[in-house]
Amino acid sequence: MSVRRMAKEQPENFAFTLENLEVAKQRIAKYPAGKAQSAVIPLMWLAQKQNDGWVSEPAMRYLADLLDMALIRVYEVATFYTMFNLKPVGKFHVQLCGTTPCWLRGADALKNVCDKVIGPKGQTSEDGLFTWSEVECLGACVNAPMVQINDDYFEDLNAKSFEEILSHLRDGRQPKLGSARGRTSSEPEGDPTSLTEPGLYDPAVAAVPVTFTPTPAPESGEK
Amino acid sequence: MPKLTVDGIEVEIEPGATVLQACEQAGSEIPRFCYHERLSIAGNCRMCLVEMEKAPKPIASCAMPAADGMNIFTNTALVKKAREGVMEFLLINHPLDCPICDQGGECDLQDQAMAYGGDRTRYAENKRAVEDKYMGPLVATVMTRCIQCTRCVRFITEVAGVTDLGLIGRGEDVEITTYLEQSMRSELSGNVIDLCPVGALTSKPYAFTARSWELNKTESVDVMDAVGSSIRVDSRGREVMRILPRLNEDVNEEWISDKTRFIWDGLRTQRLDTPYVRKDGKLHAATWAEAFAAIADKIKATKPERIGAIAGDLACAESMKALKDLMAALGSPNLDCRQDGAKIGYGPREGYLFNTTIAGIEDADAILLIGTNPRWEASLVNTRIRKRFVRGGVSIGAVGPHVDLTYDVDWLGAGPQTLSEIADGTHAFAKVLRGAKRPMLIVGMGALTREDGAAVLAAAAHIARDMGLAVAASGEQEEGWNGFNVLHTAAARVAGLDLGFMPGPKGRDVAGMIAGAEAGDMDVLYLLGADELPTSDLGKAFVIYQGSHGDQGAHRADVILPGAAYTEKSAIWVNTEGRVQLGERAIFPPGEAREDWTIVRALSDVLGLSLPYKNLTELRSVMRAAAPELGTVDYAPGGDNVSSVTWANIGIPGALSDAPFEYAVKNFYFTNPIARASKTMAECSALCLTGDVKPQAAE
Repeated sequence: MSVRRMAKEQPENFAFTLENLEVAKQRIAKYPAGKAQSAVIPLMWLAQKQNDGWVSEPAMRYLADLLDMALIRVYEVATFYTMFNLKPVGKFHVQLCGTTPCWLRGADALKNVCDKVIGPKGQTSEDGLFTWSEVECLGACVNAPMVQINDDYFEDLNAKSFEEILSHLRDGRQPKLGSARGRTSSEPEGDPTSLTEPGLYDPAVAAVPVTFTPTPAPESGEK
Repeated sequence: MPKLTVDGIEVEIEPGATVLQACEQAGSEIPRFCYHERLSIAGNCRMCLVEMEKAPKPIASCAMPAADGMNIFTNTALVKKAREGVMEFLLINHPLDCPICDQGGECDLQDQAMAYGGDRTRYAENKRAVEDKYMGPLVATVMTRCIQCTRCVRFITEVAGVTDLGLIGRGEDVEITTYLEQSMRSELSGNVIDLCPVGALTSKPYAFTARSWELNKTESVDVMDAVGSSIRVDSRGREVMRILPRLNEDVNEEWISDKTRFIWDGLRTQRLDTPYVRKDGKLHAATWAEAFAAIADKIKATKPERIGAIAGDLACAESMKALKDLMAALGSPNLDCRQDGAKIGYGPREGYLFNTTIAGIEDADAILLIGTNPRWEASLVNTRIRKRFVRGGVSIGAVGPHVDLTYDVDWLGAGPQTLSEIADGTHAFAKVLRGAKRPMLIVGMGALTREDGAAVLAAAAHIARDMGLAVAASGEQEEGWNGFNVLHTAAARVAGLDLGFMPGPKGRDVAGMIAGAEAGDMDVLYLLGADELPTSDLGKAFVIYQGSHGDQGAHRADVILPGAAYTEKSAIWVNTEGRVQLGERAIFPPGEAREDWTIVRALSDVLGLSLPYKNLTELRSVMRAAAPELGTVDYAPGGDNVSSVTWANIGIPGALSDAPFEYAVKNFYFTNPIARASKTMAECSALCLTGDVKPQAAE
């Protein structure tokens, strides 16, 4: 982490689209009257989505007005949460997990790919497509290493598969979501080692109620 | 009440008190940075850790409610280790720049590091550095020194009522700042300098000018407004280096306004340090003898009824008494201390006092503001009203133009029309006042300096009498409650009215004297620090100006008598509550300037009308004989005499005009000659008027 500052160049103004304004009103309505500022995080998230992935200074002013709260409080929230970008990001914001499980499983190799393909951390690539940042655990440790690109998780990566994903995105193709190795969800690596009896997956067998037979207690002389 | 044990001493505490307060009560000192009695509890510095029996780890005593049967230890090995640990963490990122830090010598971190810290550092890594922030012309920042106690944020938000400061970022990177480094928009912003326990926020005008231990500290009274805040004047040699607040629960608690705090550079500029006499249209420096001779020549050749005297906003009681006696000796009835033309001073003393008292505001449950903007007229009265507002359960209504008072106000109307509706009982707010247990109203100078000021005052007195604002002491209520308040703007006013510095029989008031001067009916005008007058309309009158600063009055004067500013004389001041306070001399007046009463006394000798006192003690005893209420220092009558107030004698009932009220203070930073001479006040005023201008050049 490092000190985060607002971008020097800011758009003139910001306002929610009618659609988003409707969503915003629903969010605000969740809280008691006079407590509208409780909705600042979901609304800021909405504003970030609408504003190509970053929260601009006019957006903060807009939110402060909308939620009837002090500007500095909005600013505090925006700077506290790293999920809010204070500077413009590329079309694809690559958030690379560098926390221990991912790091043990090869996150460094992915960083090298980012450095090579996208450029320095935190800067947007020249074509305006990519920005990458290193983040803390995104909660997909079983499928480490992983990256989040915009709203999607890409897991079980290595340098090659990650590069492929990036080139797909650059070419405008949709890369495969989830595990790059074809794992379903977070099932174990390799072949299954337990629950292997095929009968378990036979509907007829599964329908029979399982009876519990306790393990016999060890006999007294058997110490 | 809960009882608990601290270091083996059993103490009984108020319900709701914290462990830290219980420890204080038991006489155990608890170090702290973020905790402050007048602010909300943050619990983020961890310096106040203590050990509690049966607790698995040390507890933060500032945030822990004290409960019955607790057994607290503040002097165990665990506590010592905890304090050393916290201190070590705090010092990890704190620079070792005490020798060049303005807080050095009066720094909480420095003191507590000495008392509770280890004697060496184990930290060899790089320290954190934080960019400095611009916060306006008053507060200098060295943010690397900040320990993130958030006292400043809490003060500005809770007490000052402007949400301008915040803590941005997170973790190691948190920073205190205003939004995009705008300046703080509070008239109380200077208090964050006192609150800051380290040298992160320091005084910009005072920066690098003195060390706290080389200053002479004089306890005195502020005169920037009629609140009479308790201050400490820190001086070195012949200069006031800074002004700090002094604890006074009845008046200013421990805050002062920015004008009070930063006025001191005005005490050094534009000073009158020698007498002047006008010859051939130009002012020439003169000796005292020449100046007195010029005055004596003129006065001896003038009929008494063509001589007048006006006392200004910063005149002390002693000088007004001496001048009043001199005018009496001359036989002139033309004298007035109400240079703003307020229609007050007749009838009972309660008719021109803030009878609820400033501390009494905290008991009020309905407040009506009449033509007053307390935020500019008496910032610390406004702070009390806000304090009352924050606690909840109070209705605040105001008659006057909309302004931001930092709390929610029901704007009832703009002018006297609304006031008479309330007085009639036809307005909804009359019901609020009637229904309240402790209602109060505050009449501002803006409402009393008008043509119909006396009628406004009468209407307010009418409300006070009819709506239950005056409650006599009775069985269930130990003290009387007087909800009728006049909020003065001038430090000199109440003492002037107490002394009867008012037109005598057939005497002229301020307006009469000015009109007379313009029409040629008045030949001599003695201005005792009176500057806020239309001095260009004084016709051919011979003007004697006695005061400390070369302001409007001095520019028009024919003879200038250099007087002392409030820091340069021992003087009695009476604040808007009628509280008599003693100001002490911190430094000597510059050059030939003298304490004001001595000038009048010396002049009386030259005129052959020697006044009957030779020193301050004699003068004060004469003064107390004439005005006994000036005899009791630091006492405000409050509601003591409420049952004997003759409400009908306050103000003169009459027709109210339709014109909306205007507030007395137009520019908070320029209300008196000292403020107008201050560069710091000029900077504040410019910011205030033009909005925010951040200096571009690097400092």
